[in-house]
Amino acid sequence: MPPLAESAIAVDQLVKIYKATRAVDGISFALEQGSITGLLGGNGAGKTTTLAMILGLVMPTAGTVKVLGAEMPRQRYQVLHKMNFESPYIDMPHRLTVRQNLRVFGRLYAVDDLKERIAALAAELDLAEFLDRPVGKLSAGQKTRVALAKALINAPEVLLLDEPTASLDPDTADWVRARLERFRKTRGATVLLASHNMAEVERLCERVIIMKRGRIEDDDTPQRLLVRYGRETLEEVFLDVARGRGQVREAAQ
Amino acid sequence: MSAHSTSVMVLAPHRVGAMVVRYLYLLRSSWTRLLELIYWPAVQLFVWGFLQFYIAQNSGFFARASGVFIAAVLMWDILFRGQLGFSVSFLEEMWSRNLSNLMISPLRPLEFVCALMIMSLIRLAIGMVPVTFLAIAFFGFNFYSLGLALAAFFMNLILTSWAVGIVVSGVLLRNGMGAESLAWTLMFVLMPLTCVYYPVTVLPDWLQVLAWMLPPTYVFEGMRALVMNQVFRPDLMIEAFALNAVYFGAGVVAFLQLLKSARRAGSLLQTGE
Repeated sequence: MPPLAESAIAVDQLVKIYKATRAVDGISFALEQGSITGLLGGNGAGKTTTLAMILGLVMPTAGTVKVLGAEMPRQRYQVLHKMNFESPYIDMPHRLTVRQNLRVFGRLYAVDDLKERIAALAAELDLAEFLDRPVGKLSAGQKTRVALAKALINAPEVLLLDEPTASLDPDTADWVRARLERFRKTRGATVLLASHNMAEVERLCERVIIMKRGRIEDDDTPQRLLVRYGRETLEEVFLDVARGRGQVREAAQ
Repeated sequence: MSAHSTSVMVLAPHRVGAMVVRYLYLLRSSWTRLLELIYWPAVQLFVWGFLQFYIAQNSGFFARASGVFIAAVLMWDILFRGQLGFSVSFLEEMWSRNLSNLMISPLRPLEFVCALMIMSLIRLAIGMVPVTFLAIAFFGFNFYSLGLALAAFFMNLILTSWAVGIVVSGVLLRNGMGAESLAWTLMFVLMPLTCVYYPVTVLPDWLQVLAWMLPPTYVFEGMRALVMNQVFRPDLMIEAFALNAVYFGAGVVAFLQLLKSARRAGSLLQTGE
């Protein structure tokens, strides 16, 4: 784990309590600049709340989150222009065309040469044929590509993704993963990806953090996790952790 | 000012402009939204205009007070539609589930508020300007003949409408769409209290105290003084402006506090019911 001070994202003893629920329960991790990390966990594991605290959308109950050295959400305006986020659970205005949406977000992020940037993203993400179509009239796969274009409009140094390929067919999902991989390599961006899709995490991520009931249950490279749990796929590892078999197996060994 | 200043209190024209353009794209894409802006003010104008015609024919007092109902209805619409223009633009973000995208962007809360105020003016202009010409055509009442006094009336009414719009938006941020009805109904609480269509003296004494705490009361009294007695009352406008400054400031503080509370409660993530 890199030292907290030099990390792109540094989470230290983070807690979020909603009324009587401890959604996130004292987690710590640090992500190296340029790394890609998967955040795994079942429903209610605390992944989305963790992402929201990193984005400055939710205020921690205790602990700290730093992004590129700025404490979130207190110092968020130091870094929000260097970050972006994509989630299928957040829409873009449906009546606006793809181009209009990208123009608005480009101006919010003060993107230089916006016209060229939109043209480049349209070419990269295959949006050209529907750039002037309202977002509401696009298919799920097309909408995901547009959401990705919005998330990449400012060429972020830190990119957070919440289930970026949920509800996509395998072919489109694979296409999206390839684009994400390419962006990360060419930009050197730090990517944190919350997902239920184990194959996706196995393919994209060099490190996996597994959460359960607000806590980090495990944190390692996919290869080492497979060896440690004696499994062939991350899905089997995930099931071991989710059903509480991880500790049993390790104890038995 | 740098494009990426780190202060919360910054107002960057490019980000305010981006939000205004976003709402103009939306208006341009939907003729029903445009039509709706004119529809209700026009309906109100005709109902009250014809009622005034009828009363004036049967009452010497109201014959002298020609135009007072029409001026009142137009000014009530500035107050109500000003707030609605602000709140509906904000609601558009919730309806389209786009609020989180804005909240993780460099857009500052005060820039967002500025964009909503500009949109309130644009929506008001689209809805009200044609209706003021209808008032001239059908009832011979020229709203613009109120001259400079109209500027004072307008400024005070729009400030009140923004103060209410800002608070309603804060409540929506904190409580989600469950509070949507506030955007449509809250202003109507002011209708009887601010004495839109009758003088303040009509109210019982104890209610008059409450009425004088509300800036629009001064504006409607001032309008009646001007239309019925041809007297402009700057004292009323100054008092209204002082009250508005307090309410507007309180509205901004309330909005920022509600936003903070929304971050604590996690309601920026769930903006549904």
